[in-house]
Amino acid sequence: MRIQLRQICHARSGDKGDTANVGLIALREEYYPVIARYVTAERVKKHFEGIVLGSVERYEMPNIGALNFLLHNALGGGGTKSLKNDAQGKTLSAALLRMEIETEESIKV
Amino acid sequence: MKSQIRIASGQGFWGDLLTAPIDQVTKGPVDYLVMDYLAEVTMSILQKQKRKDARLGYAKDLIPLIEQILPTCVERNIKIITNGGGVNPQSCSEAILAVARRLGVKNLKIGVVGGDDILDRIPVLRSQQIELRNMETGEPLDDVLDRLESANVYFGAWPIVEALQKGAQIVITGRTTDTGLTLAPMIFEFGWGATEWNKLAAGTIAGHILECGGQASGGNFAGDWKSVPDLEHIGFPIAEANPNGDVIITKHADSGGMVSVQTVKEQLVYEIGDPKNYITPDCVADFTSIRLNQAGENRVSVSDIQGRPSTPFYKVSMAYLDGFTAFGTLTYSWPDALEKAKRADEILRARLSQLGLHFEEIRTEFLGYNSCHGPLAQELQDPNEVVLRIGVRSRDAGAVERFGKELAPLILTGPPAVTGFAGGRPKPKEVISYWPALIPKTAVSPEVSIDQL
Repeated sequence: MRIQLRQICHARSGDKGDTANVGLIALREEYYPVIARYVTAERVKKHFEGIVLGSVERYEMPNIGALNFLLHNALGGGGTKSLKNDAQGKTLSAALLRMEIETEESIKV
Repeated sequence: MKSQIRIASGQGFWGDLLTAPIDQVTKGPVDYLVMDYLAEVTMSILQKQKRKDARLGYAKDLIPLIEQILPTCVERNIKIITNGGGVNPQSCSEAILAVARRLGVKNLKIGVVGGDDILDRIPVLRSQQIELRNMETGEPLDDVLDRLESANVYFGAWPIVEALQKGAQIVITGRTTDTGLTLAPMIFEFGWGATEWNKLAAGTIAGHILECGGQASGGNFAGDWKSVPDLEHIGFPIAEANPNGDVIITKHADSGGMVSVQTVKEQLVYEIGDPKNYITPDCVADFTSIRLNQAGENRVSVSDIQGRPSTPFYKVSMAYLDGFTAFGTLTYSWPDALEKAKRADEILRARLSQLGLHFEEIRTEFLGYNSCHGPLAQELQDPNEVVLRIGVRSRDAGAVERFGKELAPLILTGPPAVTGFAGGRPKPKEVISYWPALIPKTAVSPEVSIDQL
């Protein structure tokens, strides 16, 4: 089944230097195992091709049904050095919600 | 010991909603008002102001705000804790005392926390083998030493606790962690010990939830954002803290916005790294231990938090000059708006190149199309208008200034149907970059003093 993350998640992003973080939160408890299985660091890195120039790290927060992604070298130098309109990566949360996953199981959305 | 205290978030950053702290102290019962003013960029701006005038270097907005809320805070015994002292907490305290005198307030004690500013001590520290290497890249400080603008140690909750123990009604600090502002009153009121790691972590996490103001109570909410009621009158978050470390996040009844498990979750994940290791000067908090429950309308309980011992280091935030930037925009209209904007960009880049100017980076974005999501943005079908946004960065201030002079000519010498240049020529702006480092806790000590009226 093809799902856009927007259908099953909400998210918030921010910055630390040239690294952005995106917290991806399952909208319902039963969606967490789905994102934990399918939204891997590799897939997120591929999704952000051309935006995230460094590595992607993933951390699990099952207690709140969330994954935290660190996107390294993603903000054009970060801080006041960046020439990006979104120098602090505030909209990278929404950019991750664009991502689509293909699940083996069928999910009620 | 009090059985519960109510800690209200008043500002999430310098520039936040000016009415929020006033609402927090007038719309319902609170014991503490905590206000975070310091982003990393703020310290170097304040350092510059202090260099021009030795009495400046703090968040100036704080003074008229205190003037407005002090009588209420004195009458209701609400204590105020803020890091708005910036690089000059002593002068900030004196400005507040002057206001208090004018208002006829009696017996006011202001606690001042300093000692975080180590800019002048760097040569001495380095002679003691404290290298202050960049903790992210490992580079030696020598690379930027002659361009340093500010250097401040992040202190935690304990110096604020000391000020409260000495009877301070207002505590003004320099560089203090945002979380320390909220943790300190819990330590003070409940008598928590320096090694009660779970409780210290609970107060730290409450601080993390409060530190961005309305962002925990319905602002910037990416869930069902349309369902958030009355953002016009958003109530900032309040932490109801208990001696065992359990906290309820709520807001005043007569206010807009929303406190739900979802709004709190979004703030929990904001600007964190490894959630098991949230490091502050006071403890290491484990965000994977947090349990959230909706405990009523606009009430979320936060419990079961685990913490571990703090590290032997403070973080130091340094800022250094790193060249210049300038930005310019031009608006192109239908038909072929995007095509026109792209052609204008091409022409401008060619002209800059013909002039032989050197830039470290030139970046072009099209607002309304791809400035947020870059290559992930969907193609536009003949948009009504597109804003061309070009930014440049260079060590050469002259090159950046010349870029500013090349933008307006595009109006009469480039593609047609262009407008939006009312702001004038883009001006070069100094780039301030960060240098995060670690310093042994034994190498610096916070200075706590009391000013009294």
